[in-house]
Amino acid sequence: MRRVTKIAAAGVATAALAFTSAACSSDSGSSDKGVGLAFDVGGRSDASFNESAARGYDKAKKEFDLGGKELTARDGETEADREQRLTSLAEAGYNPVIGVGFAYGKSVNKVAKDFPDTTFAVIDEASQAKNVAGVTFAEHEGSYLAGVAAALKTKTGKVGFIGGVHNNLIKKFEAGFVQGVKDTKPDTEIDVKYLYETDIKGFQDPLRAKSSAEGMLDSGSDIIYSAAGLSGTGSIEAVAAQDGAWAIGVDSDQFRDKALADYKDSIMTSVVKNVDVAVYDVIKSVEDGKPLTGDTAFALKDDGVSLATSGGFIEDVQGEIDAAKQKIADGEIKVSDTP
Amino acid sequence: MKRLDRDKLITAVGAPVLAVFAALVLTSVIILISGKDPFRAYQVMIEFGTTDRSAIYIVNKSTMFFLSALAVAIGFRMNLFNIGVDGQYRIAAFFAAAVGGALSLPGIIQIPLIILVAMGVGAIWAGIAGVLRTTRGVSEVITTIMLNSIAGAVIGYYLTAGRLGEKDGNLTHTPNLPSSSRIFMIETSVGDINGFVVFAVLAGVLYWFILNRTRFGFDLRSVGQSETAAAASGVDVKRMIVTSMVLSGAVAGLVGMPTLLGESYNYGTDFPLGVGFTGIAIALLGRNHPVGIALGALLWAFLERTGTQLEFEGYDQKIVEVIKGIIVLCVVIAYEVVRRWALRDQQRRVGEELAQARKTEKAEVGA
Repeated sequence: MRRVTKIAAAGVATAALAFTSAACSSDSGSSDKGVGLAFDVGGRSDASFNESAARGYDKAKKEFDLGGKELTARDGETEADREQRLTSLAEAGYNPVIGVGFAYGKSVNKVAKDFPDTTFAVIDEASQAKNVAGVTFAEHEGSYLAGVAAALKTKTGKVGFIGGVHNNLIKKFEAGFVQGVKDTKPDTEIDVKYLYETDIKGFQDPLRAKSSAEGMLDSGSDIIYSAAGLSGTGSIEAVAAQDGAWAIGVDSDQFRDKALADYKDSIMTSVVKNVDVAVYDVIKSVEDGKPLTGDTAFALKDDGVSLATSGGFIEDVQGEIDAAKQKIADGEIKVSDTP
Repeated sequence: MKRLDRDKLITAVGAPVLAVFAALVLTSVIILISGKDPFRAYQVMIEFGTTDRSAIYIVNKSTMFFLSALAVAIGFRMNLFNIGVDGQYRIAAFFAAAVGGALSLPGIIQIPLIILVAMGVGAIWAGIAGVLRTTRGVSEVITTIMLNSIAGAVIGYYLTAGRLGEKDGNLTHTPNLPSSSRIFMIETSVGDINGFVVFAVLAGVLYWFILNRTRFGFDLRSVGQSETAAAASGVDVKRMIVTSMVLSGAVAGLVGMPTLLGESYNYGTDFPLGVGFTGIAIALLGRNHPVGIALGALLWAFLERTGTQLEFEGYDQKIVEVIKGIIVLCVVIAYEVVRRWALRDQQRRVGEELAQARKTEKAEVGA
């Protein structure tokens, strides 16, 4: 008997829910449901890129008292999956709809055409539709500063770079870092390694990053800069296991990350990419009724990227870093965005 | 004879039904443990998965899955475990895209050419594993896994600006195919169905015909069941191994074609990955039968489609991955259970018949 009532209750509940969801979808588009956020692989708590976006989203949600919906990408997705994710958000009435990561470049620009009244944004990729905001960052400039710091702080004269995926975006990090090291101390050796050639799994494979970092440490590198999303946590873990070795974090200020609290004393600095500011700006622009569109570039000189100082581990070389920053801002140093 | 057909039918239909049912029960328990309502989840999946747009997505996606599973199944029928379908289809699609992007012939010539290049490259890549197995005795499991990595590295090397790729924002891809090389689309009011589905169906029919209605197919299946017995009856086992690996690779070459000819028109850093591994699961699910594989592919595409929607409704999208895993596990177990049951049933029946025969014999002697 009990079982029967339970099933009946479940049936009634599902029917009721179906009714409400049907009611919701009937007035889609017009209602103000808040922000639709589509994460890249790794998801909200990757301690890095996605988490930075999540911070901006959380802040805006609180400040403007908005609702919101977060969805996350899977491994091995196709364009159709990303289009579906964005379409679901736009169809349900979320505005703006933000794709976090260049993987959403094509799909955001495509889906945006079907929803002309919704504002879309994509991080790390250019806008190709009139209701799309494309936000890009000068990762190479921030990485240059990390290179300066690494060159000055290494004791072994050898530093490492780990990229998650060998794509054009991560090559920007590598290019800036290598140039920064070479400009500061030309005889420093640099070990460059990418986890995957094309598979975006490279951004969520901490184990692979860990073994790569261990290999670099064994061959004499004592500072490792990882631009690999969630994978970076693996290399930070490896670095923390070795005395005197330093990790350089990426995207978020990883010294302050709760998930990495055990290793924070090994995180020398992080190349912070202010994705949170970008996400916040996009949401705010929609709230203000003046939606952001077109391309926005966040350079070093507008604090779009920066080098974190938490922990105070780079205090001793801050002078040189500031000097390099000034030269980049003045255009005296041109940082190349390709290796 | 009739009895035999009934047994066959029970294994063919009973096992998958049992498996899907068991998977549903187990999944429901898991969703319940996570504190959510499983019935609501299924309702979301069915409602969303049966919309017109979902139907198109499912057909398009399952085309890819079907071809991949077919490639795996050819190996399975031979008792060969081709884990390399993933590498084979990627390297095949890559070189086919490079060739297609460099030429601009009329579509009627160029589309078949692109498909042939893909099948050829896939065949060569799988053939390496076949030759190594027959000449050096290296297990195809090991070689195909390693060839997957090598395929990734080869593509990574050539897919850079200045070699075979061109830079496009954050992506790098091969030059676009000329518009004449795009495959036809079956247009509907809510979206286009990729025309390659026709070729996939043809491949399925051909697979069935070759395996079940030709001498070659008979040889292939007999090698799969017992190498020594096949060799004793005059089958050249080594040749069969290489041939079936080559065939498997050629079919694997088709996996990337719906995407290349109908969607992306180039091979870029965003080309779908991992479809080869999905194929293994689907081949298992479909018991290497083309109809079973087709149903498995549709089910998989349905699950992929509805996974995103489940997340939208507040469920963890990993639930779908759990469902997939449980289904495969259940299928393997269910087939074994049903097979044993059928065997016991058969033995019992034979025993009864024998006892009956003996009884009548005795009665005759007594009289």
